[in-house]
Amino acid sequence: MTSLPGPTPKKLGLVIDLDICVGCHACVVSCKEWNTGGYGAALSDQDPYGAAPSGSWNNRVHSFEIEPDPAASRRQGGAYGDARIVHFPKSCLHCEDAPCVPVCPTGASYKRAEDGIVLVNEDICIGCGLCAWACPYGAREMDAAEGVMKKCTLCVDRIYNENIPEVDRVPACVRSCPTNARHFGDLADPDSEVSRMVAERGGIDLMPEQETKPVNKYLPPRPRRDRDDTSMLNLAALADPVPTGFLGWLDNALERLG
Amino acid sequence: MNKPALNLSPPVSDRIEKTTCYMCACRCGIDVHIRDGKLRYIEGNRDHPVNRGVLCAKGSAGIMQHLSPSRLRKPLLRVGERGKGAFREIEWEEAMALAVSWLKPVRESDPRKLAFFTGRDQSQALTSWFAQQYGTPNFAAHGGFCSVNMAAGGISTIGGAFWEFGAPDWERTRLFMLFGVAEDHDSNPLKIGISKLKARGAKVIGVNPVRTGYNAIADEWVGITPGTDGLFILALVHELLRTGRVDLDYLLRYSNAGWLLIDAPGTAEHGLIARDREGKPLVGLRGSGIIVSHDRAGRKATLKGAYRLPDGRRAVPVFERLVETYLDPKYAPEAVAEETGVPATTIRRIAAELARVAFEEEIVLERPWTDMKGERHPRMIGRPVSFHAMRGISAHSNGFQTCRALHLLQVLLGSVDCPGGFRFEPPYPKPMAAHPRPHGDARPGQPLAGPPLGFPLGPEDLLLEADGVTPQRIDKAYSWEAPLAAHGLMHMVISNAAAGDPYPVDVLFLYMANMSWNSSMNSRGVMEMLEAKREDGEYVIPKIIYSDAYASEMVAYADLVLPDTTYLERHDCISLLDRPISEPDAIADSIRWPVFEPDRDVRGFQSVLLDLGARLGLPGFVDENGAPAYRDYADYITRHERRPGVGPLAGFRGADGTKSGRGEPNPDQIRRYIENGGFWMAHVPEEAQFFKHANRAYQDWAVEMGVTDAPTPVTFELYSEPLRRFQLAAEGHGERQPPDHLRASIRAAFTPLPCWYPPFEGESLAEVGGKEAFPFHAITQRPMAMYHSWGSQNAWLRQIHGTNPLYVPAPVCDELGLEDGDWIWVISHHGRIKVQMARMAAVNSRTLWTWNAIGKRKGAWNLAPDAPEATRGFLLNHLIHELLPPKGDGLRWANSDPVTGQAAWYDLRVRIEKAEAGDEAEPRFPPQERPAGLPEPPREIRYGQEWSE
Amino acid sequence: MHPAGSIIIFTTLSGMGLGLMALMGLGAIPAGGGAALAGAALVFLLTGAGLVSSLFHLGHPERAWRALSQWRSSWLSREGVLSVLALAVFGLHAGAMVFLDLNLWPLGFLAALLATATVYATAMIYGSLRSVPTWNDPLTPVVYLAFAAAGGTLAAALIARLFALPGAVLELLAVVLLVAAWTAKALWWKQAPARGFGGSTPESATGLGGIGRVRLFEAPHTSPNYLLKEMVFVVGRRHVRKLRTIAVILGAAVPLALVLLSLAFGGVWPLLVVAVASHVAGVLAERWLFFAEAKHTVALYYGHGEAHGRRVAG
Ligand SMILES: Nc1nc2c(c(=O)[nH]1)N[C@H]1C(S)=C(S)[C@@H](COP(=O)(O)OP(=O)(O)OC[C@H]3O[C@@H](n4cnc5c(=O)[nH]c(N)nc54)[C@H](O)[C@@H]3O)O[C@H]1N2
Ligand SMILES: Nc1nc2c(c(=O)[nH]1)N[C@H]1C(S)=C(S)[C@@H](COP(=O)(O)OP(=O)(O)OC[C@H]3O[C@@H](n4cnc5c(=O)[nH]c(N)nc54)[C@H](O)[C@@H]3O)O[C@H]1N2
Ligand code: SF4
Ligand code: SF4
Ligand code: SF4
Ligand code: SF4
Ligand code: SF4
Ligand SMILES: [Mo]
Repeated sequence: MTSLPGPTPKKLGLVIDLDICVGCHACVVSCKEWNTGGYGAALSDQDPYGAAPSGSWNNRVHSFEIEPDPAASRRQGGAYGDARIVHFPKSCLHCEDAPCVPVCPTGASYKRAEDGIVLVNEDICIGCGLCAWACPYGAREMDAAEGVMKKCTLCVDRIYNENIPEVDRVPACVRSCPTNARHFGDLADPDSEVSRMVAERGGIDLMPEQETKPVNKYLPPRPRRDRDDTSMLNLAALADPVPTGFLGWLDNALERLG
Repeated sequence: MNKPALNLSPPVSDRIEKTTCYMCACRCGIDVHIRDGKLRYIEGNRDHPVNRGVLCAKGSAGIMQHLSPSRLRKPLLRVGERGKGAFREIEWEEAMALAVSWLKPVRESDPRKLAFFTGRDQSQALTSWFAQQYGTPNFAAHGGFCSVNMAAGGISTIGGAFWEFGAPDWERTRLFMLFGVAEDHDSNPLKIGISKLKARGAKVIGVNPVRTGYNAIADEWVGITPGTDGLFILALVHELLRTGRVDLDYLLRYSNAGWLLIDAPGTAEHGLIARDREGKPLVGLRGSGIIVSHDRAGRKATLKGAYRLPDGRRAVPVFERLVETYLDPKYAPEAVAEETGVPATTIRRIAAELARVAFEEEIVLERPWTDMKGERHPRMIGRPVSFHAMRGISAHSNGFQTCRALHLLQVLLGSVDCPGGFRFEPPYPKPMAAHPRPHGDARPGQPLAGPPLGFPLGPEDLLLEADGVTPQRIDKAYSWEAPLAAHGLMHMVISNAAAGDPYPVDVLFLYMANMSWNSSMNSRGVMEMLEAKREDGEYVIPKIIYSDAYASEMVAYADLVLPDTTYLERHDCISLLDRPISEPDAIADSIRWPVFEPDRDVRGFQSVLLDLGARLGLPGFVDENGAPAYRDYADYITRHERRPGVGPLAGFRGADGTKSGRGEPNPDQIRRYIENGGFWMAHVPEEAQFFKHANRAYQDWAVEMGVTDAPTPVTFELYSEPLRRFQLAAEGHGERQPPDHLRASIRAAFTPLPCWYPPFEGESLAEVGGKEAFPFHAITQRPMAMYHSWGSQNAWLRQIHGTNPLYVPAPVCDELGLEDGDWIWVISHHGRIKVQMARMAAVNSRTLWTWNAIGKRKGAWNLAPDAPEATRGFLLNHLIHELLPPKGDGLRWANSDPVTGQAAWYDLRVRIEKAEAGDEAEPRFPPQERPAGLPEPPREIRYGQEWSE
Repeated sequence: MHPAGSIIIFTTLSGMGLGLMALMGLGAIPAGGGAALAGAALVFLLTGAGLVSSLFHLGHPERAWRALSQWRSSWLSREGVLSVLALAVFGLHAGAMVFLDLNLWPLGFLAALLATATVYATAMIYGSLRSVPTWNDPLTPVVYLAFAAAGGTLAAALIARLFALPGAVLELLAVVLLVAAWTAKALWWKQAPARGFGGSTPESATGLGGIGRVRLFEAPHTSPNYLLKEMVFVVGRRHVRKLRTIAVILGAAVPLALVLLSLAFGGVWPLLVVAVASHVAGVLAERWLFFAEAKHTVALYYGHGEAHGRRVAG
């Protein structure tokens, strides 16, 4: 049934560290590459060498510019305004209260009772698109060639796959991320590495007001350390900040060397 | 229940082949999954020293490169005019015969008339050997327009460079400063490393006008004004000296800080290093006034005072000069704040942080070691501050000295190759003197006496004609215009050849470089030069041979195209003789091998070059009977020896494959590499892992590994005597004299202590309205998910970067009333382009920027002529000229660093004007044709559909 | 949201058809004779055309039957089930009316109920989506129901007049319902689009509000994608105003005037033909706007939630 399974014993998902994501798109392309020959239909590309190329992707990276005080950074001309860029990868969040599941008229969209992964059964999907409308995050894309809904599978065909070595039984995007900004694990287990990370770093939900209860969490960027804290501004100057003073100091310093 | 039965363990692939990625020059190890004989999936090789399992976006998009409809299919012979792209397919035999018929007469008459230049290939050991044996000095790879400042600055100062030849001690560093890096060659290692630092809570400071990528995640961002890093760094030096926060012990042991400089103004020796009869540098002994050779004084050498040399001349230690120079108030933080855009308080604090971390958070490794003087050290002392830099500081006309300044800063802090600092990767360190000198003196039918590229140590090593002024090389490398041009000046080859200055060439032979487009300055001008004809109707550059794997812009300008394979279809070797992949703790090299056989009539370029060399009868390319010495590149990789026992690959040598570094060729070597995952690696012994420049264990091990034939310890040259030799010439001393118009600039730029001067372009605008008329800097950045021009043919990557806006600082937008998507004119002294802009606040307020090399010529790369890359993508290159604006003295000066000839891409100055809305960027070019034999690209891709369940 | 032609046609036509069905179920048109036949035919034509049109929206129309399975959770499924039931029940009812001259009232009432429920289900497909706050409004089903009723009544009046049956009551009812529908729509227009992103912002969408104002810097891809095409439809404000005027003129003013005229002249069926056609055109415009004006929260990730500096990919 399309109805949600209720609380699942496991909540498998991703934890994405916005403090270290450099926006390299490695996770984007490795996801496409793994999944286009994997679960379900290929992730197709239309007009791939033409004027308006487009395609299906399960994971995309946005970049945002954040201005603590837009007026100030405008005044100060950016360089020493505090404006900053945050790179922001986004795939399905495998929500606990996933609105994309109950809306599905065919039951193709479902949440696995055992681990909480939200999937589309492409064999019965009619390609109505309603689940994509229901997802507030834009985590589902209709494949233009196959006419079925594609979404992040949490690499369900990797994480339990006995044909690949155990270390590699993680999602493709996690495996490839060069900065280790993506972590995979069970967020229902408070002792899992991912849960601990979320607790320590204050992991957040996207759009909590939508009450979807996302399983995936985002670790916010750590505060920057660029204040001109006056206590450490000045090195104790030598007796006399001129060459003669320096050379005088040098004698003593060299003596101390022995 | 609609819950389908899921197969959670679907088969992934039939087999996995391990080779090396070449979607960029980082050379990560890849596991290529093959299913039904087709490429199923590429992932990072977990055991590989470069990427340790991770893979970037480009690497993962390899499938689309391997299948690109832009792949060339057969040798091509031009049938239309140059630039049109009209070709007919020919057989390889015809292509080779034609190439030989062009190259043979040139070699027999004047081998200089062949200019052979290559892009970022990874076979320079072979290509340079080809040029040497052919007898032309006109060879170089892309380094001259890429980052030679970084290489030459590093090698001349510490005997090694950042680039990919060294790395921060990622495990131990606590403060890391990154200057001018968007992506770099070592892109995955950098990301892995920075991630480790952040996980440990080490601080990362990014110095960059733009706050994207690494700078976006840095703990601190210094939004410096382009071209002023040298000044910023020297202000840090000023602060450290002013407050006595330098590592004197380290300086005395490892640098030339104590060496005495001859102080005899006006003489030909003024400023040279005082030496004893054996040529050993002299130092003064502390307290006594006695002068001895530096290796006898040890740490008793003095760093200050004046000494009398035995011949009565005065001499002062380098360090005293250095202190005088940098304590000058012009380097005080307040004095540089305006120019650099970095507040004085920030400079002070960063200096203080560097000093605190270096000296108060000192690391001690209980690891005894012995230095080159035989002194046993009970432990290794580390200063956990490290630095990395790339083109942001090197692609300026003051980049060489800026790189030197950064290395000076490192040495003052005692953080070169110590625990926590910057670490050399074998075969580095290697002092400048241990590199070869460049070789010219081409003679008909003869090879050169040595390799064309190297490091000159003084004017006597320049490649000049007998008049002492005329350059021997087409690119004028190693002439007075670019004396330390260690990588050549690829960006000057076409314009010099077109101008016949210093002479015309007959054959231009290019490999893997898109010279009619994104790798040239003044791209339109270059296209015109390639199309230009003499009065007799012949092209000014009569013959162009080009090897590319894809239908790039440059293909349209070739007369003969030699189609290469893709990286999954050929043998390659990533050799210690070229650009190594070593790690600080390991020496390593790797191979590529044909994981797939080409389905087209294409050949690996290196094999083609060996064939060509054999057909030309070049020494070494043929055996004593004149038969080809090597069957193909794989055979060459296995059997070629540079020095006895030392060949392209260092691993699995010796008849039975048990020897490392040195050993007889092993016929089974390539198979051993394949079995080992495509690479070979040997760990640096523990005792040898730090202070490699002065570490006996390392030096001995390096000899054992065949890296060098004798120990080559390095003394860090804070003061560069070779630079002083050029300066002396400019002051009128010595036999070889620069032309008068270059004297002043050589004197100013060749200071033996690192200096800073404003970038040339900004200073040379007087005739065209002055700096005020071009108030902004304009620079490019590497997009992490795109590799120069060659990523755009990739169906996946081009969805990510199909167009590029020009990012304009928010205050400038507000002033000019610009909103995202507006069209603007961007105007430099040389030209104007019309592009779409976007707003950005996190950027230096005087700096505009865009992603590099997204713009494409219509029709190139087998893309539709209305592809966004061609209609809205653009290049800044149209605004950059290889020469500076005329100064009114009748001369045009090169837009390059005067020391190394490095192209000064990032000196560009522009103004902007709001433009009428449009739908296409300008300039526009007529489309080039799809080369003969290339398919119509598909309308839809469903890669992997056959495996869907 | 992208205004998909097939869905616009479907909701407009089937809305009217189901409205007519309900009215016929309630006995607006007497059993027997041409009127019942014409009415029943029109119901099947309108709902049938609507349903067929809706199939064009599907990636796999051949599997459409599967959409009947999830009535327990999915409004779309409920719509499908209800419409099938409604058509079946109405079919029986209509058969009795046409062939047996019988008005089986319980069957009629049931058909009316099912027709109403179907329209409600259609509306709730949209109205239940929190991700589209514009739609997620209690007035959404009211508007859908009112338009279906008004359209159905107009059609019923037309049939009545066509067959020279007494139509004044229907005409009067049409006037009332038209006024009611457009009043509901006016209210909806006043409040629904103003719901914007329903309290979600770029800051809440990214969780980065703690740092400052969030603005899209670079879209994930420079080329357009399904999400942008489907969910981030941008329609100019001037365009909206123009279309609203057209919708009101065609959907309200013209039909009202014509119905009143017809009423004044004691039933002029050609006027009603034009009224129905104009109403359909007006509702098509209204439905187009219903989609075009609707904001999906995914737009917040694509630079559409901000006061300045929006960036559209493609
Ligand atoms: N404005 C601006 N311009 C710049 C720079 C900048 O920062 N700003 N950077 C400069 C720098 S550092 C560099 S290195 C240059 C790079 O510029 P180029 O050296 O021109 O590099 P690419 O665009 O990568 O193109 C190299 C050519 O190699 C071909 N190729 C790819 N794979 C193969 C292969 O396997 N075999 C063969 N035979 N050919 C192959 C490609 O099709 C392409 O035609 O650009 C320079 N230009
Ligand atoms: N993905 C990807 N990787 C690549 C390449 C690619 O095309 N794509 N190209 C490869 C090649 S050939 C090269 S040479 C390397 C180059 O690697 P990088 O050196 O990282 O190359 P750029 O993108 O030129 O980076 C220059 C950086 O310096 C900044 N910058 C410009 N001027 C200044 C300045 O005056 N001061 C400071 N502090 N910063 C400044 C720019 O904002 C930019 O961030 O990358 C290699 N790796
Ligand atoms: S992110 Fe979207 S698609 Fe994924 S579970 Fe949540 S609502 Fe569904
Ligand atoms: S598109 Fe497929 S999965 Fe989504 S709601 Fe429709 S039938 Fe269900
Ligand atoms: S978990 Fe798998 S499907 Fe999901 S984003 Fe990562 S790679 Fe893509
Ligand atoms: S691979 Fe990692 S660093 Fe790169 S964009 Fe994805 S999450 Fe960010
Ligand atoms: S950085 Fe990326 S493209 Fe370059 S070699 Fe590594 S995986 Fe390949
Ligand atoms: Mo480069």
